[in-house]
Amino acid sequence: MAIELTVNGRSTTVNVPSDTPLLWVIRDVLNLHGTKYGCGIGQCGACTVHLGGQAVRSCLTPVSAAANAQITTIEGLSPDGSHPLQKAWLEIDVPQCGYCQAGQIMSAAALLTKHPNPTDRDIDDAMNGNLCRCGTYVRIREAIHKAASMQSQHQRAGAANHAAGTAEGGL
Amino acid sequence: MQVSRRSFLHVTAVAGGGMLLGTYFEPRVSAQQPPAPPPLVPTAFIRIDRDGTVTLISRNPEIGQGIKNMLPMLIAEELEVDWKSVKVEQAGLDAKYGLQTTGGSRAASNNFVPMQQVGAVGRLMLIAAAAKTWGVPESECFASNGRVYHRPTDRSLGYGELAATAASLPVPDLNSVKLKPASEYKIIGHRTVGVDVPDIVSGKPIYSIDFTLPGMLHAVYQKCPVFGGKVVSANIDEVKKMPGVRDAFVLESPMQVGPVMKSDPGLEPGVAIVADTWWQAQSARKKLDVKWDEGPAAQQSTEGFAQRARELSQQQPQRTVKSDGDVDQALKGAAKVLDAAYSYPFISHAPLEPRNCTAVFKNGKLEIWSNTQQPARGRALVAKILGIPEDDITIHLQRAGGSFGRGLTSDYMVEVSAIAKKVGTPVKLLWSREDDMTHDYYRPGGFHFLKGGVDASGKIVAWLNHFVSFGEGETYAPTAGISPTEFPSGFVPNFSIYSSVMPLMLKTGALRAPTANSQAFVFQSFIDELAHAAGKDPLQFRLELLAGAQPQTYNPARMRAVVELVAEKSGWGKRTLPKGTALGVAFHYSFQGYFAHVAEVSVNAKKAIKVNKVWACGDVGSQIVNPSGAEAQVQGAIIDGLSELMFQEITLEAGRVVQTNYNQHELLRIRQAPEIEVHFLKTDNPPTGLGEPALPPLLPAVCNAIFAATGQRIRTLPLSKSGYSWA
Repeated sequence: MAIELTVNGRSTTVNVPSDTPLLWVIRDVLNLHGTKYGCGIGQCGACTVHLGGQAVRSCLTPVSAAANAQITTIEGLSPDGSHPLQKAWLEIDVPQCGYCQAGQIMSAAALLTKHPNPTDRDIDDAMNGNLCRCGTYVRIREAIHKAASMQSQHQRAGAANHAAGTAEGGL
Repeated sequence: MQVSRRSFLHVTAVAGGGMLLGTYFEPRVSAQQPPAPPPLVPTAFIRIDRDGTVTLISRNPEIGQGIKNMLPMLIAEELEVDWKSVKVEQAGLDAKYGLQTTGGSRAASNNFVPMQQVGAVGRLMLIAAAAKTWGVPESECFASNGRVYHRPTDRSLGYGELAATAASLPVPDLNSVKLKPASEYKIIGHRTVGVDVPDIVSGKPIYSIDFTLPGMLHAVYQKCPVFGGKVVSANIDEVKKMPGVRDAFVLESPMQVGPVMKSDPGLEPGVAIVADTWWQAQSARKKLDVKWDEGPAAQQSTEGFAQRARELSQQQPQRTVKSDGDVDQALKGAAKVLDAAYSYPFISHAPLEPRNCTAVFKNGKLEIWSNTQQPARGRALVAKILGIPEDDITIHLQRAGGSFGRGLTSDYMVEVSAIAKKVGTPVKLLWSREDDMTHDYYRPGGFHFLKGGVDASGKIVAWLNHFVSFGEGETYAPTAGISPTEFPSGFVPNFSIYSSVMPLMLKTGALRAPTANSQAFVFQSFIDELAHAAGKDPLQFRLELLAGAQPQTYNPARMRAVVELVAEKSGWGKRTLPKGTALGVAFHYSFQGYFAHVAEVSVNAKKAIKVNKVWACGDVGSQIVNPSGAEAQVQGAIIDGLSELMFQEITLEAGRVVQTNYNQHELLRIRQAPEIEVHFLKTDNPPTGLGEPALPPLLPAVCNAIFAATGQRIRTLPLSKSGYSWA
């Protein structure tokens, strides 16, 4: 059946059975390969994408359930790899094999939306569903803290600019 | 190095006026390694474009351990180029690159000098080209940051301007070049970020599973749940009618199941389903109904293995692995004698990227895109099974989403090749997670029946180990053997290892730190038992033991040094810990690396465990090439060891692997990840690798800490079998 999807801001129509997992539509129909298959049963988190801003396991999400929401994949997290998490991941050199990292970053991005300055506990709670077979957890924690601090600095700078702009306008 | 001018210029032409050079080398490695490397042919590791862009070729498969940084860093150091400006390219399988195997933690030791020599040769050729251009002696020129300078006149030319001239010059002998001292390193020893990280964090399709070709179909391959079972009949016609299915067929195989399997026995029989998308192929599989001839392996079970092991332990051992002194006599004279039975389970590699491979067969030639660790061995096996000459098989290397030894074997490459040969269109085979976990080359389980004796002064005077493993006659199942040099062999005057084997109709193979990942648990735990029996501090007891003889395979002074370092870093014996919290220590030498770990562990009344911190100290020689990658390997090994410790176990019932996914064969999650402190002791020894040696001591270090905290000795893995869980 024809299903309309909005992936990374673009609308597209796919013709697949409605129970096809979103993961396989993303990978094999839309040819976005950043989202990974790891277990198919929601155990590993490698397939994590955002559905209406929430982190979901696309391997367990039927495509029909994604029809009326904004879908964001790792390719759509930022236009040029400049999301604070992507920058922090690079700076801390988090990945080993890297296969799980798109899912890790998507889970972390959802976390930072809810908790801009997460504690280790918040991180462990939010990231516990994402397995890393190589064992990069220590660096994942470090990188999320780093991204949170980059983000808040950016926001402070943005707020300051905004305030300055308002003042000028007032004059 | 002899390079024919013609072939050199030929490859140069391919590079569009740039320059290519290289070499190969490779001494023979150990008996467990694949056959000798391909015949020596000049090769190409450096490409310099006219615009000055320097591309370095990384010859080994990248499975996530940073080889794709380390090898080019070594070249770049001597080539005198800025690391940030260098591009790195993954080599495909080609004899000109020499040995292209990733395994055995050998990348550092096999490449440290040769790759620097490659860079040095390149630099010398560029200097010679500049000297020729200017008509000045080479001795007046030097290279720096991608340019050659003429000292007296302060002139300079960029590498891009010199590349074409350099390519026409003779290639200096590799062994004639002088390498710079460590004090002058600009790249080696400095943290570099993984070259693929920008692509990883932005989701670029760089993994084997991401590779696609125009018109490519997707395949699944259903094998018998019992290893080696044959297809009697299958409802192929019905499956072919399923949506998207283009073809379905049975693949037969002459592979025989026997009491000891070779490490890569070839194609397993099964049913292939080929469809437009993988999900269609996988969905069609649910309709597949196969009648199997399960064969002899259906008789096997984990329970049966344990029972047979108990029987064998009561009998005369089948063979002697090592025998020093008179163990029986020494046990009789010992002040204290301990008797203990240890065992550990089969476990699965379970890399996050399930096995997959893409292939196309056209006009008699086969092209493969794979995440293999051993492309040459894969090609040889495919050639043998499918009757295609090796020269007609091309192998491209794709980044692997983890491997841990899984990619050393080539079953999935054979399967996709057989499917591609049949369908004639490009095809990607992807195993489901369930396929991956139930058709692995497992880390073999094992059983150890030990006796040990200490004298009145607290010294080990006798050690007896009856190892019950898998195999037939004189042959162990792959990675199911034991070394006569296993520590404390050579350090105890009366020391014996015997072994007995039982048949195993299942594939086994190397899992990160093969044999060491299980033996270290047994040997370092039993040493701990003897330390407590002797009434000694377990760390001091180990240092005294290491003060003994000087065996050939192992330098006790290097091990003593890392044990002393980990004692210092962890505050061993100097910190007061709350009740239920304790430290445990263990060390192990494997894959040329010396590692000692201390784990701080808390255990509550409900047997819930929290590993608070691990101190890991290692000696892998004089130089760490990339500190970021090196520390990551140790951190990863600690986490990996904790995964193996708590839950991982593959069991067989009626010949079937019971565990099918991560919910039954669990990996450590972030909540349980401890703080990890890594220290490298630099010593005056050749640099060696880090993929493996940091893992083995982790398991006994934690088990020894559990004993120190609770008084309960862990002799069986995984811990969950004794009622433990993560806090």
